[in-house]
Amino acid sequence: MAQEHAAPIHGKDEGTTTGLSHRKMLMWAFLGSDCMFFGSLIATYLVYQGKSLEGPLPIDVFDIPVTSISTFVLLMSSMSMVLAYSALTKNNIKGFRIWMISTAIMGSTFIGFQVYEFSSFANHHVEIDCVSPGELTKYEQHIFDDGCSSGEAYAESHEGLKPQTNLFGTSFYTLTGFHGAHVTLGIVWLLSLLLLSFKKGVITPEKNLDVDLAALYWHFVDVVWIVIFTVVYLFGVFPGF
Amino acid sequence: MSQELSAEEHTGHPTAGQYFRIAVILCAITAVEIGIFYLEVIGHWMIPILFILSASKFALVAMYYMHLKFDHNLFSYMFVGGFILAACVISFLLLLFGVYS
Repeated sequence: MAQEHAAPIHGKDEGTTTGLSHRKMLMWAFLGSDCMFFGSLIATYLVYQGKSLEGPLPIDVFDIPVTSISTFVLLMSSMSMVLAYSALTKNNIKGFRIWMISTAIMGSTFIGFQVYEFSSFANHHVEIDCVSPGELTKYEQHIFDDGCSSGEAYAESHEGLKPQTNLFGTSFYTLTGFHGAHVTLGIVWLLSLLLLSFKKGVITPEKNLDVDLAALYWHFVDVVWIVIFTVVYLFGVFPGF
Repeated sequence: MSQELSAEEHTGHPTAGQYFRIAVILCAITAVEIGIFYLEVIGHWMIPILFILSASKFALVAMYYMHLKFDHNLFSYMFVGGFILAACVISFLLLLFGVYS
């Protein structure tokens, strides 16, 4: 246990002016700038929050249990990624490959959840019983008022939520779409490293910086989702926000 | 634990066991977040509570999984600098568009 991990610390004795690895420095600079990129997208989403003139709105489409599962999957992929790096530094190439594959699978599962979510939002269908409508959201009340005024038994809408539907749709798809694109790029990166690991001498316990950089990127994608999940999803359906 | 800590001090990175424990904590915090979300009695306290829990998860991943706690401080400055700028951008945009009013 004591010598479980023998990772060389990148950034020491690299032969650079600062003594730090330039590639790792560049990755951190990129991640810092990506913080600002996602910060501006989150700010845009928050500024437009509650400004949509018509629905569907977050409370109409969000399915918190489903998104919670995809959040859990992404969190677990981060653990898997760090264990892949840990296995590589201990010269456990087989373990490294297993954890890399599991990380890529969990990343793909997350993307699968996102595709499902986007398609269910786009095909969102509302059907309201005009006789006993029950508790209605603002959007459902609007459909009820329009559809039930002519004496129909049911009022329905097949509008769905698309990027052009309202401000919520535009800002939501832009923010989560860019995050999904980051995850997709991360999966391609991880699979590339996995393939490279079969080439002799390319990925070794001593030459692990490539994996370290990919891991940093992957964890960053995870922390961005932690923010999106809370700010967009949980706050999004909270009536007081 | 003392053995693990000595490994940490020796290599600069946590052990696989510690990574696993952090994952358990992250899952537990997420479960608490979702649980709190369905507790209507909390009311408006929900926003600061969820904010703190989310910030805790962010910090855990950044410090332990991204190794900021163990790597050179310059890496932390670069990332935290970008993060603070992003937080300022969000705050000022919300202020500019009157979201607080």
